[in-house]
Amino acid sequence: MEIKRRDFLRVMGAAAAGATVGGLFRTLTPKEARAAVYATNKKRWIFLVDTHKCVGCGMCVRACKLENEVPYNDPVTRTWVERYVILKSGKAIQDTPMGGLNGYTADDPQGQKINSDDIAKAFFVPKLCNQCEKPPCVQVCPVGATFQTADGVVLVDRTWCIGCGYCIMACPYGARFFHPIYHTAEKCTFCYHRISKGLQPACVFACPFGARNIGDKKDPNDPVTKIVLTERVSVLKSEYGTSPQVFYLGLDENVR
Amino acid sequence: MSHVWKPVWVVLAIVGIILGLRFIIVPPDFGIWDRGYMYGWHRHSAELFWKDQFKVKYKGRDYCNNCHPDKVSSILASSHKNIQCEDCHGPAIDHPDNPPKLAIIKDRGLCLRCHAYLPYPTSLRSKIAGWPNPDEHNPGIACVNCHNPHSPDFSKPDLNKEVLKVKDITERYDGN
Repeated sequence: MEIKRRDFLRVMGAAAAGATVGGLFRTLTPKEARAAVYATNKKRWIFLVDTHKCVGCGMCVRACKLENEVPYNDPVTRTWVERYVILKSGKAIQDTPMGGLNGYTADDPQGQKINSDDIAKAFFVPKLCNQCEKPPCVQVCPVGATFQTADGVVLVDRTWCIGCGYCIMACPYGARFFHPIYHTAEKCTFCYHRISKGLQPACVFACPFGARNIGDKKDPNDPVTKIVLTERVSVLKSEYGTSPQVFYLGLDENVR
Repeated sequence: MSHVWKPVWVVLAIVGIILGLRFIIVPPDFGIWDRGYMYGWHRHSAELFWKDQFKVKYKGRDYCNNCHPDKVSSILASSHKNIQCEDCHGPAIDHPDNPPKLAIIKDRGLCLRCHAYLPYPTSLRSKIAGWPNPDEHNPGIACVNCHNPHSPDFSKPDLNKEVLKVKDITERYDGN
């Protein structure tokens, strides 16, 4: 049998068009339609840090390490508290010894003795994973070992992680590290095991001053969501386009 | 069968082997799930591990109140009411089964986390009562020897009757 060129092109064109249209339009089953609607009603966990209230006691860092089985005396941590001392000369001194695990008990940033009259402003900034809406750490994972849940938390699959460290390099916030025992990427989970059971994350629970708060962005009556929506909050490194979901009250230009 | 088809069968066999290996190696619950291809590509059981299997260690004040209501009410009546029991006593985990006794932190470092005075004007820290030079005030002696952390306010003497007895002030909490 001989096929004419014209017939061949006609058949192939129709087949290509049919495949394209068939792929674009698909009828959802009732179950799929329901799932699509309810998926939008899920929670979206966000975090609010009020730096005015932080006193640098480091109880959050301690509670995080004990709750999440991060080796206590190793220099790695899922959350940390930075100290900023800005002098009247304009010089900014910043330090984070052991992530602030043992609190700040002396006015000696970077080991320097500071005259209190020289201090223009000084404060503490707690940091943790920003649970970005567009997490670069997840994009770079070559094996699908890190992922985002439907409620916005980025998690690590310890059995699937190959320890390549791409995600650690990709995070603009330095929130990831290698777990000293499991040798896999490790990060803050917003205490996913606690918030899924209606508890607060360990750091929020341990903070005596209310400097750390967790909320649900999809609940308009949530006190944290109300503050994020109505007050002047800022995020860290918005220029990276990661859409971080940890919001700060009282940030300073010296905080990076 | 013409010999020109031979490369086709070879290619099909290679594709078949790769698909077979993929079927064996990739876990059945590996998929895109709720968050789409770019951010949701994962093994679903890993999500369930973090959600359900990871153990909660900090149980909260209500858990402590089940057996120690006197201690809970005493600290709630004090200016330390914002401090959780487990901040100083350590996470309860499965106390009293495991651990049967919690290791209370009694060294000065714990109190100094807040009560070492720092002249930081834009932080709440400078508004907390504290020692600028804590080493000048009874160095080497645990704060809790004299100050009861459950009623630290000396201006309320009625709350200060409960004197804390610390047997071994050198006992330090290593955090494990």
